[in-house]
Amino acid sequence: MTLEWIGDALLLLVVLPVVVYLLRGVLNAANGIVPSAQQIATAAAAGSKDLDATALLLTTQDQVKKTIEVAADYGGSLDVILDDAS
Amino acid sequence: MPAAGVVMFFAAVLIVLAVVYYLVSTINALQTITQALDEAITGVVGIIEKSAPVDDVVTSINTNLDAGVDLLEGLLVKKAGMSDAVGLVAGLYPGAAGEGFRNFPESKETTAPRISEVYTKGTLTLARLGREAPIAAASPNGPALRNPSYGSTAARGLYPEVRQTRPSSMPRSPIIGTDSPVQYEPSESPGVRKRMPVPVGAAPPSEATATEGGIVKSGLAFLRRLRNEDAEAPPSGAADQD
Repeated sequence: MTLEWIGDALLLLVVLPVVVYLLRGVLNAANGIVPSAQQIATAAAAGSKDLDATALLLTTQDQVKKTIEVAADYGGSLDVILDDAS
Repeated sequence: MPAAGVVMFFAAVLIVLAVVYYLVSTINALQTITQALDEAITGVVGIIEKSAPVDDVVTSINTNLDAGVDLLEGLLVKKAGMSDAVGLVAGLYPGAAGEGFRNFPESKETTAPRISEVYTKGTLTLARLGREAPIAAASPNGPALRNPSYGSTAARGLYPEVRQTRPSSMPRSPIIGTDSPVQYEPSESPGVRKRMPVPVGAAPPSEATATEGGIVKSGLAFLRRLRNEDAEAPPSGAADQD
């Protein structure tokens, strides 16, 4: 009989607080991760949106190519028109 | 049931309830984390997909720009010579000549002539605004921005001189000398004439005209006489007196 009471005391005074402490720690850790994960998701979405302009690089590529071609045409004409320095 | 058994039963129920509460809360937090990570993964995948062709495109742009730099540097050095080319770069972009041309390592050793000091920036700008300058291509039928043949006439038009209107006849210059048609007598006091000059052969003014009204009346008479002569004769003589 005495042993049963000792078991009850251990259950209420030791096991229950230990279980609560451990589970509460796990819950706090999980709750601490939530805002970080949400911030990561927001940053990734914003970064992906910022990169929408990368499609314009194709236009820039074409424009640069045309500009260099025009400059090359001018250069060819100047090479014919102007005398060399030496 | 003994009392100890009842207490143990309630203790076990309490433990189970605590475990359930905390585990359910942890599951909810983990589900929230999972959703956020899914969104993050979606964004990261988008970043990867969108940035995939950037390397090729930027490499292509750099290749074209390198070709343009090579072309322009080569043309500048070929046409202007190394010294003047470095001087031009130094004149347009102060301090840039120290870096030299990329394809001409010897340009770093070249001393840049002070082109921007010999030819001011205004002169260089005028040189760029010549008839053949691309800026004039916008109005090929209009006047040239800098016309070397007629530029001075355009500038003279800015002055309010009647000669710029190109009249059919202009007053002739006065004839001076001992045999000039109008003789001026030296004055004893500066700014005051003894009497107004008259053309040679014309009747001298009467003493009354010259003395009664003084200088003012004689001047009025002179002007009146000039007007009469203008009305009767060609304006050559009268104009000469002006």
